[in-house]
Amino acid sequence: MKIAGQPVPHESAHGHATGEALYTDDLAGRFPRLLHAWPVLAPHAHALVTALDAAPALAEPGVAATLTAADVPGEADSGANRHDEPLFPSEVMYHRQPVAWVLGETLEAAQRGAARVSVEWQPLPAVLTIADAIAAGSFHAGPLHLRRGDAAAAMKASPHRLQGELAIGGQEHFYLETQCAIAWLDESGGVVIESSTQHPSETQEVVGRVLGLPRHQVTVECLRMGGAFGGKEVQANPWAAIAALGAWKTRRPVRVRLPRALDMALTGKRHPFLARFEAGFDGEGRLQGAAIALYSDGGWSLDLSEPVMWRAMFHADNAYFLPAVEVAGTVCRTHKTSQTAFRGFGGPQGMLVIEEILDRVARTLSLAPELVRERNFYREGQTTHYGQPVKDAARIATIWRRLQASSGFRERRQEIARFNAAHPHCKRGIAITPVKFGISFTATFFNQAGALVLIYRDGSVQVNHGGTEMGQGLATKVRQIAAESLGLPLQALRMMPARTDKVPNTSATAASASTDLNGAAVADACRQLRARLAPIAGAMLGCPPEAVRFAGGEAFSEGDLVQRVPFAQVVEAAYRQRVALFAQGYYRTPGIHFDQKTGRGEPFHYFAYGAAVAEVEVDGFTGGHRVLRVDILHDVGESLSPLIDRGQVEGGFIQGLGWLTVEELLWDAEGRVATNSASTYKLPAWSELPEVFEVAFLEQAAEPGVICGSKAVGEPPLMLAIAAREAIREAIAAFGVGGVVALDSPATPERIFWAVERGARRAGFRRGRGAGGGSGPRVTLAEVNGLACERFVGSLGGVFEQSPWVAERAWWRRPFGDVDALHAAMRFQVAAATRAEQLALLRAHPDLGARAAMSATSAGEQAGAGLDRLTPDEFARLQRLNARYREKFTFPFILAVKGSTKHDILVALERRLENGVEEEFQEALLQVYRIARFRLEESVT
Amino acid sequence: MRGTSGVLIMKTMQLRLTVNGETRQWTIAPGDLLLDVLRREGCYGVKRGCEKGECGACTVLLDGKPINSCLMFAAQAEGCDILTIEGLAVGDVLDPLQEAFLDHGAVQCGYCTPGMILNAKALLARNPHPSEAEVRETMAGNYCRCTGYLKPVEAVLAAAGRAPAPARSGRKAVKR
Repeated sequence: MKIAGQPVPHESAHGHATGEALYTDDLAGRFPRLLHAWPVLAPHAHALVTALDAAPALAEPGVAATLTAADVPGEADSGANRHDEPLFPSEVMYHRQPVAWVLGETLEAAQRGAARVSVEWQPLPAVLTIADAIAAGSFHAGPLHLRRGDAAAAMKASPHRLQGELAIGGQEHFYLETQCAIAWLDESGGVVIESSTQHPSETQEVVGRVLGLPRHQVTVECLRMGGAFGGKEVQANPWAAIAALGAWKTRRPVRVRLPRALDMALTGKRHPFLARFEAGFDGEGRLQGAAIALYSDGGWSLDLSEPVMWRAMFHADNAYFLPAVEVAGTVCRTHKTSQTAFRGFGGPQGMLVIEEILDRVARTLSLAPELVRERNFYREGQTTHYGQPVKDAARIATIWRRLQASSGFRERRQEIARFNAAHPHCKRGIAITPVKFGISFTATFFNQAGALVLIYRDGSVQVNHGGTEMGQGLATKVRQIAAESLGLPLQALRMMPARTDKVPNTSATAASASTDLNGAAVADACRQLRARLAPIAGAMLGCPPEAVRFAGGEAFSEGDLVQRVPFAQVVEAAYRQRVALFAQGYYRTPGIHFDQKTGRGEPFHYFAYGAAVAEVEVDGFTGGHRVLRVDILHDVGESLSPLIDRGQVEGGFIQGLGWLTVEELLWDAEGRVATNSASTYKLPAWSELPEVFEVAFLEQAAEPGVICGSKAVGEPPLMLAIAAREAIREAIAAFGVGGVVALDSPATPERIFWAVERGARRAGFRRGRGAGGGSGPRVTLAEVNGLACERFVGSLGGVFEQSPWVAERAWWRRPFGDVDALHAAMRFQVAAATRAEQLALLRAHPDLGARAAMSATSAGEQAGAGLDRLTPDEFARLQRLNARYREKFTFPFILAVKGSTKHDILVALERRLENGVEEEFQEALLQVYRIARFRLEESVT
Repeated sequence: MRGTSGVLIMKTMQLRLTVNGETRQWTIAPGDLLLDVLRREGCYGVKRGCEKGECGACTVLLDGKPINSCLMFAAQAEGCDILTIEGLAVGDVLDPLQEAFLDHGAVQCGYCTPGMILNAKALLARNPHPSEAEVRETMAGNYCRCTGYLKPVEAVLAAAGRAPAPARSGRKAVKR
């Protein structure tokens, strides 16, 4: 029976479900005299360390040692590429950067010790945004370039042109298992590190560098990871280095584990991007030329930011032929965590930009977005903007057509149009988007892998290779490959944890390519072993070696259904005939190359394709949305392990959905990560799972030249979630009257709400600026962002009527990118307030037309509506309605009156008297938000 | 409290409770969290995820109810009956939930799995045949960063005997 291609459970699933599967920190109990490490953290985003005295920590009971630069026998740096990550910096480059460490008998002792380390700081100005970095010329790398043709001339010759900007948020990895390493000394002067790392060989290299040891003295093992997603590709290294340094100094085992809040404050994230773009296109929406400038927020050190930017640039075409294009990429240097690899590795950001451009093209021409996308697809024979032929380009259109048919795209579009016509405050949208993702490390030399397969005399087998397991199913797939190759049942093979003393000089488990690489290396080793065993088995079976087959744990002659020899007997016979029962395997991806200087080459072995249809519903009052249904058709080649592949597609999609819709990273004005726990950083939860979620694989899609004909699946599905973002945009568009729908990423409720409002404004919804009065002195946004809390409240405390607490609570979310963001932050505080606070806020508003206790601003706004010029009849009617209203709802009638006439107000009052109590409570809050918005526009420029 | 030698002297106390059917007596400090004590005593299936009661990875059943063991002092569990993931299978026989999580591919990195299975266990104990909506609602406190939740939903429903065959070759979605 074939084993490859079977839907087998995850290799460790039994251990996962019983609690027996161990992760790095679970080993801590095995080490007597284990020391725990805790860092001394910088209170500034950018500062000089002018003095540091760690000695007081030693006076703290339970503290065993301190670690400072003086303790480092080698180079005190953990930077993987450029050596730009000092372990004990004299100039701190991001908020909470560790400057020294304390080792304690308990974690608490280490923490108390760290609190006693005395440090003097000289704060320096910090660069905290991409815009600031561009203004200050603060860059790590770039501009890097990819070009085809003359983009400027092509755009000039185009009948239509557009330009725009897109801000793309980052993403916190939030692997469930935080960063962790345990180090101890072995008996021959070396050091061993258990590390939750995607790249044991690099962890080994960095530890060796820090301790001044040759690499043969450093052994790194990774049992498995509780998720990684790129966050442990290079960022596992510093913690391993500190643990190793601590063990080196104290001769005792040392554990470094970051609790969640520290992990989120100290480790890098997906890069936030800013894109500026220009495009020229014909009347049918075909792109003629485009110029795209990408800026990424690299944070304090280079890390992997340069290859991340390359991959963003490689994917700025997604599935579309760009006849003339200029892509430039610049990595900004800011005083923030060092942004790093994250599933997709820049690809998602690059793709998002071209999808943004095509959507704008479609809306500019009033064409269906899916039509414009389809018209720009690559066709067979075309090459990418870096010169790589797009193999199997026709698959894009094939997947597109099949998915539209299977998802009922056209019919549902019509249903949605009917739904939208009947629902003024709630709109649905549907969208389809494609994915084309290049597989291989773009640094060609990483595309190699090794394996070591050991057969024991009883016929059981250990499989070693250079890849690490983080849940993605690598061990499962490689075990299937080895079992298939040796003709053994799965349980005859044991997958060993990645160890640098088994397979040396490995590449990171990354770039989706680990099965392709390590699987092929293991297959190579198994092939050799089979070739050695075949003559032995042939002699036992009385057939030539070429006729020997291995399957089901037995050897037999092809065509002979009767005579069989157990695998173990063949192995024992081979041992006695002095045949080596272990083999090393090796694989390097053929035919790939890329020249960074010319920007030309074929960096990818192949492309993975897919497409998704998403349908969403958007609430115009709140900006909230629900994903109603998702249909995916994805190309995994010939699926090697369908249960694993399906899990990767589903999980990748939801993670992408999180990045694009709910996960928002915020840094405050001091450079602190404000979203440093799951309570402030919204992750996709069970509620984000679409109500209907259909996943299918493209059939008959075997990829020649790849192990088992299967395609990489780790990263590509993440970008399928772009369909959900585009569906949200489609729903937003349904509130308006057409035209471009600007929407930065992530599409949070605040951003959706404001996009709806902008659309409504364009559609002529009356929100004119009346003759405002009574507003205080105007301040600029930059000034607001720089205000201390007290002055901030002094300046904006009146935006919500007699409720300065709103401003006070919103203050910490500075800096605000624009007035929208400021308003959204204040509005959020009201929405998050208690019911009693909300009611008090409503009650603080004056009765329209009354005079008592009205703030200066309200008086001005009401005068603008003509409420100070009521006829006696109108006055009496207003008083009467007001009184009834108050009686029914217990708070005064509130209306954002600016731009309204006396008549409008009376009509609204009558209408709203019909509302239910809860409905009207929400309506009143909405009016309060609108009033606040007018006031902010008045007072902040 | 600090002794004359300057060494910190921790007050200790005795804790008696039942863990996975065995009555245990442990010496703990008054401030020890239940999570830390369980892990110290070898229950490594109780995972440290967020340490703030947000992610659900440290879920155990306390007298049958799911709790975040990171938010509870061990001392508060005095006399209680605790079930961790290590105690769910009976010998080599897995609980139907564990079987379902394996068969449906509902585990990837596995770090959230113990907490998720225990929360589902409590759900099925009080509601043996929950609807899909009830499963989604009840499990909301268990974050998973890998699976996207679809397969865990399928697994819980399958364990409750409500779903058809494992979704190995496609799935007809269940409407909310």
